[in-house]
Amino acid sequence: MRRVVITGLGLVTPLGTGVEHSWKQLLDGKSGIRAIDTFDVSDLPAKIGGMVPRGDGTNGTFNPDLTVPTKDQKKMDDFIIYGVAAAAEAVKDSGWEPQTEEDRERTGVMIGSGIGGLSSIYETSLLLAEKGPRRISPFFIPSALINLVSGHVSIIHGFKGPNHSAVTACSTGAHAIGDAARLIMWDDCDVMVAGGAEAAINRLGVAGFAAARALSTGFNETPERASRPYDKDRDGFVMGEGAGVVVLEELEHAKARGAKIYAEVVGYGLSGDAHHITAPADDGNGGYRSMAMALKRAGMTPADIDYVNAHGTSTPLGDLIELGAVKRLFGDDLSGASMSSTKSATGHLLGAAGAIEAIFSVLAIRDQQVPPTLNLDNPSDECAGVDLVPHKSKKRRVRAALSNSFGFGGTNASLIVKEYTGS
Amino acid sequence: MSDIAERVKKIVVEHLGVEEGKVTDTASFIDDLGADSLDTVELVMAFEEEFGIEIPDDAAEKILTVKDAIDFISSKQG
Repeated sequence: MRRVVITGLGLVTPLGTGVEHSWKQLLDGKSGIRAIDTFDVSDLPAKIGGMVPRGDGTNGTFNPDLTVPTKDQKKMDDFIIYGVAAAAEAVKDSGWEPQTEEDRERTGVMIGSGIGGLSSIYETSLLLAEKGPRRISPFFIPSALINLVSGHVSIIHGFKGPNHSAVTACSTGAHAIGDAARLIMWDDCDVMVAGGAEAAINRLGVAGFAAARALSTGFNETPERASRPYDKDRDGFVMGEGAGVVVLEELEHAKARGAKIYAEVVGYGLSGDAHHITAPADDGNGGYRSMAMALKRAGMTPADIDYVNAHGTSTPLGDLIELGAVKRLFGDDLSGASMSSTKSATGHLLGAAGAIEAIFSVLAIRDQQVPPTLNLDNPSDECAGVDLVPHKSKKRRVRAALSNSFGFGGTNASLIVKEYTGS
Repeated sequence: MSDIAERVKKIVVEHLGVEEGKVTDTASFIDDLGADSLDTVELVMAFEEEFGIEIPDDAAEKILTVKDAIDFISSKQG
């Protein structure tokens, strides 16, 4: 089987824009969660979110004008703009600029989203009710469709290979990267730009997740404390927005052009709970099998994994079920590994979560430093004996990292990335 | 008439993101100003909103240049 490595990274997160900025904020223990101030939350039970900080583009702020010409922004919902920006950073970082038609045809895109253009759908629905169908923009549908991140990225960069999009709720980003790697392994292409994008923090999105009783509502006055995976006081997740995109490349292709190689994608596992539309199965069997499959694909044992980037959304039920599945799989080997939830700092980026967390896992390998779980003041009893990296990042040996993503519908995906040592 | 022309050109500049100088009377939205078919639909909607008129689809199909738009709107408002 052809081997696949990661040669480019791109991030737009609540911690800021750009890989290095977001990563530094994460390692420094900063939180990207704050009060929602862009729409009325007075009648919503959750009033906080992980919004991408906007600005002129300096100091990690996000300036859409630097990515998309102003006149084209109306053709894109924010999730597309975030995805396009993260993809641009990843492609530039990789240095991959196809010069021939064949190179372009061997470069594809698979960037997904959990929900897609919810803000566009919401606002256009209001417009339709108020002013009728003649006022609906011709750009409405293409601004809301999930696969239009992949579409725009291919148009902007001229990538003519497989153009695809994953849609598996909160597993989207992980599935996109795993499936894109397989397209390379199967020799359908040599390079894939893959990841996830999300921008669902609006009245409809918050009201919907709140109605499903999924959101934290007890920390509206102290937003930075709200996302607290594994802590006894956790009471639901905090919505986040942004995008994570990687450049995946066949190993020999990357070596031939002297590309910088961050890590190798060695394991990918996926499974279904067959249990409930929003709740994970109590026994964590789906997550367990997803992780076990990724290890098998990688030809590894739990002892080879030094860092687990948990799905850990800060919901009372989900965190414990994942922890149980990890304990069952790792057994005593868990004592040698560290496990943290970076959602404690970013909130839950839904369809982008798996992608940004795969990137954080890659960076943990690059810098031999694992990011912290913020707000872990009083770990649940079940956490005893597990290094959840409370409060502060930690320098340690990281040979390989496993990243979990679980989504509504009972969908599970696990990725394993491994340091590339030149052999 | 000149007021209509100015307002039409302003809308074209805003929606297509082109320089004012390029928006001459004879400029074609698609051939000269870089619009695609969806852009022209949106332009017609913007004209309708700005001038409080309705432009039926068969008329909209014939509005290909800046002058076409000015003439149609003038005839409706004349």
